[in-house]
Amino acid sequence: MDLTLKIWRQAGPTVKGKFEQYSISGISTDSSFLEMMDVLNEELIGKGEEPVAFDHDCREGICGMCSLYINGRPHGPDGGITTCQLHMRKFKDGETITIEPWRAKPFPVIKDLIIDRSALDAIIQSGGYISVNTGGVPDANAIPIAREDAELAMDAAACIGCGACVAACKNASAMLFVSAKVSQFALLPQGKTEAKDRVRTMVAKMDELGFGNCTNTYACEVECPKEIKVTNIARMNRHFLGAKVSG
Amino acid sequence: MGNKRFQSSLTKKFVMAFMGLFLITFLFVHLGINLLVLLPDKDYFNLAAHFMSTNPVIKVFEVVLFGGFIIHIIYGLILQIQNWMARPDRYKIEGWSHKSPFSKFMIHTAAIIFIFLAIHLGDFYFRAKFGAIGDVLINGEHYHDMAALVMAKFLSLGYVVGYILAFVILGFHLHHGFQSAFQSIGLNSKTYTPFINGLSTIISIILSLGFIVIPLVIYFGS
Repeated sequence: MDLTLKIWRQAGPTVKGKFEQYSISGISTDSSFLEMMDVLNEELIGKGEEPVAFDHDCREGICGMCSLYINGRPHGPDGGITTCQLHMRKFKDGETITIEPWRAKPFPVIKDLIIDRSALDAIIQSGGYISVNTGGVPDANAIPIAREDAELAMDAAACIGCGACVAACKNASAMLFVSAKVSQFALLPQGKTEAKDRVRTMVAKMDELGFGNCTNTYACEVECPKEIKVTNIARMNRHFLGAKVSG
Repeated sequence: MGNKRFQSSLTKKFVMAFMGLFLITFLFVHLGINLLVLLPDKDYFNLAAHFMSTNPVIKVFEVVLFGGFIIHIIYGLILQIQNWMARPDRYKIEGWSHKSPFSKFMIHTAAIIFIFLAIHLGDFYFRAKFGAIGDVLINGEHYHDMAALVMAKFLSLGYVVGYILAFVILGFHLHHGFQSAFQSIGLNSKTYTPFINGLSTIISIILSLGFIVIPLVIYFGS
């Protein structure tokens, strides 16, 4: 298939970026989106031009490194997948594809389509953990956990921290990410001890980093490659309110 | 980076949600009184308007209500400005993945409702308080003839069209706002959220249609 690509090019964090247009032909419908980008970069290198910088790692949809805002949607037009799992058969021959980096104040552009998502790491560092004493390994089934709670915690823990929720949100809010991380601990007995402090510190860090406020548009849920539910956001709101009321 | 906020984003959202729900209850009271103007005997409406402007309990609520509006507006503006600041560089192609078409335009519908509210308060509320209004005699006592004021306003086609548009916009605002308030205060469950979503649609339709019916009946009935 033949395509026209409009790609955001930005030489560095402090340099003003702009869209560049590229034509690419002979792309297989079976190739992945990132393979198409690889083909483009090989052509650019062959011509002596600077290749397009983009993030990727596992290319199996589990690491959360790939990003790309494709035709107005994080991770492109398909649902429940990351960009590396997106295939070119989802596009039409002759289509113009616009590729932008995630755009949010806490996600500064490093180069071209690569953004710095360490703000999400800072939120995790602020409270996204449990404190345990070292010692003998506890018996795996010593603490009974209701199956429903275990399932909900696992669903929340599926978040790979890619930042698509922030990219999709009209307010660049990180609420889906933070609520998934708060929920995966708060739902389990081991996480309950620090639950109040955790929700307070993680929300405070999220605000401090300059993410926007949630206005319940639910674009995050639509675009999340791991289909994290906004019920996690309600749970975090509930826990935050509880922590505030109980002091 | 590094901007400590005096209140967390979640606290501001709770305030927005509670104030929004409180303002919706007020709208129902307001609609109930407004519908009295459609009765053949205008005394009911005039007596209700008199009660609302003189009863001491209502007077206390009036202060709470104005406070509610002001807080809802100020917090809404703060949240919106922070949201704009969170994405200084816009996308070339804007996303449309949000689930409700109205959720993206809350600040825009809010701006129109605010303009309407300012005009509305000037035309009725402040006029009733400070302006000259004709009197009507009910059971030997003089009351403001608010009914006559309303009837006169709704004979102007421009006013009726503006009024209807404002309430259509209010309906859009409430359609997202009502159900969104429950999510903000942490109430989201597969057992009752579908009911709340349905209720949100019903409430937004009842409130906007209820208010819209009044100018239509007066304009076409005269």
